[in-house]
Amino acid sequence: MKPILDVKDMSMVFGGLRAVDKVNIHIDKGEIVALIGPNGAGKTTFFNCITGVYTPTEGEILISRSDNSGDQKKINGLKPNVINNMGLARTFQNIRLFSSMTVLENVMIGRHHALKSSILGSIFRVKSTREEEERLIHESYGILKKIGLEKFVNEQAQNLPYGAQRRLEIARAMATDPFLLLLDEPAAGMNPQETRELVDTINFIRDEENITILLIEHDMSLVMTLSERIYVVDYGQLIAEGAPEEIKANPDVIKAYLGE
Amino acid sequence: MHNIDWKKELKQSTLAALWFIFLTFPLMVMKVAIIQGQATITWRWYNVPVVAVTFFILSFVWRYMLERRNFTQKKESKDILGKLLAQPKYSRPAIIALAVFLLAFPFAFSMYQTNVMISVLIYIILGLGLNIVVGYGGLLHLGYAAFYAMGAYSYGLFFTYMGPKFIEWGINTGLMFWIAIPAAAILSLVFGFIVCLPVIRLRGDYLAIVTLAFGEITRMFLQNEGQITLGPSGVSQIPRPWLLGMKITPVFAAKYVYFIALVLVIISIKVVKNLEDSKIGRAWEAMRDDDIAAQSMGIDLTRAKLASFAVGALWAGFAGVLLAAKTTFINPESFTLWESIIILCVVVLGGMGSIPGVIVGSVLMIMLPEYFRSFAEYRMLIFGLALVLMMIFRQGGIIPRKRKQHTFEVEGEGAVK
Amino acid sequence: MEYFIQLFMSGTVKGSIYALIALGYAMVYGIIQLINFAHGEIYMIGAFTALIIGATMASAGVPTGLVLVVALISAMVWAAAYGVTLEKIAYKPLRNSPRLSALISAIGMSIFLQNYVLLAQTSNFVPYPNWVPQFAFLEDIKGILNSNQFFILLTTAVVMVLFTLMIRYTKMGKAMRATAQDKAMAQLVGINVNQVISVTFVLGSVTAALGGVLICSYMGQINYYIGFIAGIKAFVAAVLGGIGSIPGAVLGSFVLGWTESLGAGYLSSDYEDAFAFVILIIILLVRPSGLLGKKEIKKV
Repeated sequence: MKPILDVKDMSMVFGGLRAVDKVNIHIDKGEIVALIGPNGAGKTTFFNCITGVYTPTEGEILISRSDNSGDQKKINGLKPNVINNMGLARTFQNIRLFSSMTVLENVMIGRHHALKSSILGSIFRVKSTREEEERLIHESYGILKKIGLEKFVNEQAQNLPYGAQRRLEIARAMATDPFLLLLDEPAAGMNPQETRELVDTINFIRDEENITILLIEHDMSLVMTLSERIYVVDYGQLIAEGAPEEIKANPDVIKAYLGE
Repeated sequence: MHNIDWKKELKQSTLAALWFIFLTFPLMVMKVAIIQGQATITWRWYNVPVVAVTFFILSFVWRYMLERRNFTQKKESKDILGKLLAQPKYSRPAIIALAVFLLAFPFAFSMYQTNVMISVLIYIILGLGLNIVVGYGGLLHLGYAAFYAMGAYSYGLFFTYMGPKFIEWGINTGLMFWIAIPAAAILSLVFGFIVCLPVIRLRGDYLAIVTLAFGEITRMFLQNEGQITLGPSGVSQIPRPWLLGMKITPVFAAKYVYFIALVLVIISIKVVKNLEDSKIGRAWEAMRDDDIAAQSMGIDLTRAKLASFAVGALWAGFAGVLLAAKTTFINPESFTLWESIIILCVVVLGGMGSIPGVIVGSVLMIMLPEYFRSFAEYRMLIFGLALVLMMIFRQGGIIPRKRKQHTFEVEGEGAVK
Repeated sequence: MEYFIQLFMSGTVKGSIYALIALGYAMVYGIIQLINFAHGEIYMIGAFTALIIGATMASAGVPTGLVLVVALISAMVWAAAYGVTLEKIAYKPLRNSPRLSALISAIGMSIFLQNYVLLAQTSNFVPYPNWVPQFAFLEDIKGILNSNQFFILLTTAVVMVLFTLMIRYTKMGKAMRATAQDKAMAQLVGINVNQVISVTFVLGSVTAALGGVLICSYMGQINYYIGFIAGIKAFVAAVLGGIGSIPGAVLGSFVLGWTESLGAGYLSSDYEDAFAFVILIIILLVRPSGLLGKKEIKKV
């Protein structure tokens, strides 16, 4: 069985700064994996490299939708939209919704790749376009229901409460039909109640929707309850890997978090 | 609102008045005329009290308005008219009344008025086109007049070069209009596409200045390449559109062009509305709201930008041909940077991304200056000031964009729109 | 060769004037990310004020040297006053609004100020007296460099040096650089951001006004519309150099001045204005952030 995401010796250098330094990470189908580390350790940069926002300076990123070794593809240097179409979707640490659009429209954008209609079809609004739009509205509403946002359907995204905005980011990412979902601090700014709901949602996405999950998070209780494996980075380098119990007991990790 | 501290307010207004007396002193009070090196200075002391009183009062109004703006910003504005018109009971008669008015207009009013109305219709088409680039795509385009020129000149030059041939062949030159309409639209579209290709990777203000540069280069080309474009004097005696081979008088032509423009406006509105609720329309708006997120959601930004420039340019092509047919005369002076700015103002004043906004914006931008000719001297002054005040006190424009609402049955899955 | 030197010098002079105006664009853009479309109008108002005050003094028999000094000072004082007022009225209320709103407001102000001068003064061109002293030592090379041109170069050089010193060494200069980098952070460390913005407008207006008086003396005329074209050109220069970068604006101005002069001299004078735009497009295609602009790192 091959991993669905296989990152080999990846580095990202900005000027003199090695924000990500020869990191190796692999994720298997159906896992929930967490990437943790102190602030500024290079976690978000790592996400940006995988999703195509940055082109990594060295190393390889391989993905495959199934765990079949035959269809592994190298995605370094591809554009974010191409990578998204291949089945990797993400959320953003500092919420980046389409703020003036409605909640439903945000999810509809996520389904952009699934639409077949051409510009000419849209201009004349031919029958197939109309039917596709109708279907799209239903599907998008269905996704909102799964994530529990249906009551906000016509609200503008910028008017949503903070927790709901974070969930909308997840809904929008799910709408792109990913096999791997990258969540960048999904619980940041949430209250304990919202965090508990988030745990259920993430488990639901993995169990019912069969989407593998990689998340960055600072809320340790959430990381420990959710994830099956944890990677720890500090100063751009991977310093530990293992099950939650092992990570808790790892002296390097404790040192990285508490300092010397 | 809270209590007013009159002492403080009076002090502030007095200071404002004094400041503006100082500020406007050289320009408002003194006036120089220099004749053969000899300067004569006229002192206009009467302007001092005028400035003082004006700014003393305006200072109060200004502070009051700013306070009120900050106070009400959070609340949704009460849109009574919009709510009334949302009910079919009121909207049907309104639409019928509007239709009757528009149909009767050229017969009820003079040729002059009809020509003003044609200008309004042309600007609606231009506004809708630019709205695609600026309002939906969020790309600041300061060279839109170049595409407008493209449309007008494709008709004008088509006539210049092929007109004699048409006459030789015994074909009515008015038919050229009907060939120019689709041809100009396609040319502008291709032109928009080509122009956009190199600038696609520029961001924000760099894009704005490059579109501006491109617009100015186009105008200078039209002005200087007299061999091809007939230079600064432009193309004249452009034929009026053909109608069943009839001889068309100027009075009749105004009515006729009016109806052609009206039909084109209706088509534009319908098409832009369709685009708004489509895959590409949503992609544009997503790109405007957050380009990185849009790209991460699978939207190809290059394609979206190209499409917005090209589709936006298409409408300028139509509008250009209409202009040529309306005035029967075009020259490079009609397509300056100011023209681009005026069209931009139509979009922004009306309400970015809002189709009714663009319509109202065009009506105001064209009609007001026309009908306030008695204030002719002051109209540009007032216009400039109006732009500033609109931006400060009503940012969404006169009719802000409304999002489409969907209702879903709670149990079933049927979407009722 | 002499033709080339002549063109090169006139390009340098042009570039100096562009630089004086472009500084204001670059500074304002650096601090509030706004294309101050009305900046050209400030330049025009400065020049007009100098004309009014200077002509009044001259007709009262004040010696030319003194007229020049007072005219320059009053141009700078009033330009600064207009600049600050402009910011307070048209830009400050829009500081947290979308960029396009502030830009439209700036366009509105540009239209307003042009027509204000048109109504308060005249729509015609007014002859502009030349108060610049005629230097005897330039008599032999008048064809290449005349007194007005020399004075323009000298003034620009002095302004640039003072400016660099101010930005680099004074407390206000440091505050300006800090505000340009991160407004919120600057505020947190106790910088009065409103004050910094006002000072930015004052400095930009003062240099633009200097440029206005000098170029009008050189060209010998003025009207209410001169600010618009000059403003657009200077803005192109600022973008060429890398918008928001002050050395970039200066470099861009000279590149623009030379391109225009040499292009008009050797290629076609019909297209003098077009060269500015062509060079702009070419440079931005090669370097999308201008000559000295920093490459933007996307922050996600």
